[in-house]
Amino acid sequence: MTALLEVCNLSVAFGPFHAVEGVDLLVAPGEVLCVVGESGSGKSVSMLAVMGLLPRTGRVAADRVAFRGADVLHATPRNRRRLIGREMAMVFQEPTTSLNPCYPIGWQIAEAMRAHHAAPRAEIRGRVVALLGQVGVPAPEQRMRAFPHQLSGGLNQRAMIAMAIACNPALLIADEPTTALDVTVQKGVLDLLVGLQRERGMGLVLITHDMGVVAETAQRVQVMYAGQVMEEQPAAPLFAHPRHPYTAALLDALPERAEGKPRLPTIPGVVPGAGDRPAGCLFAPRCRFRTPHCDAERPALRKAFGARVRCHYPLDDAGQPTGYPA
Amino acid sequence: MFRLLARRLALIVPTFIGVTLLGFLLIHSIPGDPVEVRVGERGISPERLAYFRHELGLDQPLWKQFLDYQGQLLQGDLGRSVVTQESVWTEFKTFFPATLELAACALLFAVALGLPLGVMAAVRRGSALDYGLIGLSVTGASMPIFWWGLMAVLIFSVALGWTPVSGRIDDLYYVEPWSGFLLIDSWWSDDAGAFRSALRHLILPAIVLGTIPLATIARMTRSAMLEVLGEDYVRTARAKGLAPGRVVVVHALRNALIPVVTVLGLQVGALLGGAILTETVFAWPGVGHWLVESVQRRDYNVLQGGTLLIAVLVMLVNLGVDVLYGVLNPRLRH
Repeated sequence: MTALLEVCNLSVAFGPFHAVEGVDLLVAPGEVLCVVGESGSGKSVSMLAVMGLLPRTGRVAADRVAFRGADVLHATPRNRRRLIGREMAMVFQEPTTSLNPCYPIGWQIAEAMRAHHAAPRAEIRGRVVALLGQVGVPAPEQRMRAFPHQLSGGLNQRAMIAMAIACNPALLIADEPTTALDVTVQKGVLDLLVGLQRERGMGLVLITHDMGVVAETAQRVQVMYAGQVMEEQPAAPLFAHPRHPYTAALLDALPERAEGKPRLPTIPGVVPGAGDRPAGCLFAPRCRFRTPHCDAERPALRKAFGARVRCHYPLDDAGQPTGYPA
Repeated sequence: MFRLLARRLALIVPTFIGVTLLGFLLIHSIPGDPVEVRVGERGISPERLAYFRHELGLDQPLWKQFLDYQGQLLQGDLGRSVVTQESVWTEFKTFFPATLELAACALLFAVALGLPLGVMAAVRRGSALDYGLIGLSVTGASMPIFWWGLMAVLIFSVALGWTPVSGRIDDLYYVEPWSGFLLIDSWWSDDAGAFRSALRHLILPAIVLGTIPLATIARMTRSAMLEVLGEDYVRTARAKGLAPGRVVVVHALRNALIPVVTVLGLQVGALLGGAILTETVFAWPGVGHWLVESVQRRDYNVLQGGTLLIAVLVMLVNLGVDVLYGVLNPRLRH
């Protein structure tokens, strides 16, 4: 079976700064992949690069970016536009600023359809109403005439989702779709996304920094740090046995795993910025198991314990680093 | 929206009083009065001088003259020209169409060129076109109109002979005044030569008068577009797979127009002010020309009335802009 989305060795640079380095990505049809990481880890940038939505200043390089086996990276802008919005759609983080304030939401959803399929006005109108109903917007007939500023963040995000699925895409990329929403609304939007994914058999790439969201939705998880993939494995084993010290530290920082401890564990330090990227392992300065070897040589992504890990000393089932110098 | 309009309408009252007071004080601070100017150097007996001054009410204290004038205005009477004895309103009506025609064409020129130029510069940010446009618009906005007008006449009319030097139409043609706008009237007159002549006369002054608004609009459009192009909803529009032209015009420009329209309203004031200089340079028989002459004649009523009418016009235009603002920006409508 051909992969829905296949990305090999993707790099994105803004000037001298490498926001994304050597990212591989594989999404099978109907699969839910979660991309996790802190702010600035390159999750959104890599997805925007795949969609071709980066600003001009971002330089994208990759060995291969393919959708259903067809090259996307070197496609003409016109062919690429035929793909995005129709086969491959995206939902963004900030629903209120991601919708155009000058047009009613119904118009904006209809525009997405009109861009790819010519259809009579009445038919498009009917489909907009149906879509809004499907994403859980109450009274869609009235709401389709509302402007974004008249709706709540949650309703706007539902409208965004309706817009993204308007052309029945095979792949939906959701970039932190719940981060800007109230906690009470987050669950609803997340359930909607997962429900739609199951119903339509879409591939779903969910970008998030919330491990709770990952636990609820993901089939496979990719952990990113400072522009690199640190670990990748199916969701269940990842939560049971994280192989990378960074993943382990992230999981330890979950409040529900910290019961009985006097303080919530944190990861000391911050993500390295443009100027202070270490020569060796990018996570080394914040890692519990740091050795001189980590500082000297940057680890490659390799297989260990059934996962793909970028660490010299992947953790075993007991959470102890293997091959660690005594 | 209605509250916004009501507030703007209420603001007209103090503006009105301010404009009349300022106009009155400025005019009366110029040495000499209409009687002296008319008498010239011939000399006249002091009794006759006092008589004429009394006739015009100039022997009254200033505050009384001002209050009398205000009382007159409240009855809708702008007074009569001291020189021609014609009512100020009638004179304004004869001269105004020429100015409106010139200003409208200048604005059309500025918008038709400035908007697309600003958009292109923003889309191709950092390109030669962008830098060229920034340079040109700074030059355009900082050129004094009278200098630029004279240079334009020297180059295009005198040296190249492309356009006539001055006036609205060749003396050969007589066009029955119907709307007062020569372009329209000559078009209706079925005399192709008259229309061509009117158009040739109009082009250069319209370009000269439109240069500063053009530069301002182009720069404003550029910066508004640059801001809007970085917005999330523009990325959303691209994510739908829309063609770049549609993203720029339908999604970005639509939002960028909101600040541009505000500037446009302000430009109308600048246009009418600039019309005074342009009309003088091109001997264009409009309101500006009329006002400059009335200064020389110390024609108090014309000067005050004309200034007031233009001020009211600018206020009304800005009111119109506020309404347009609400139309363009849905967030203000509800």
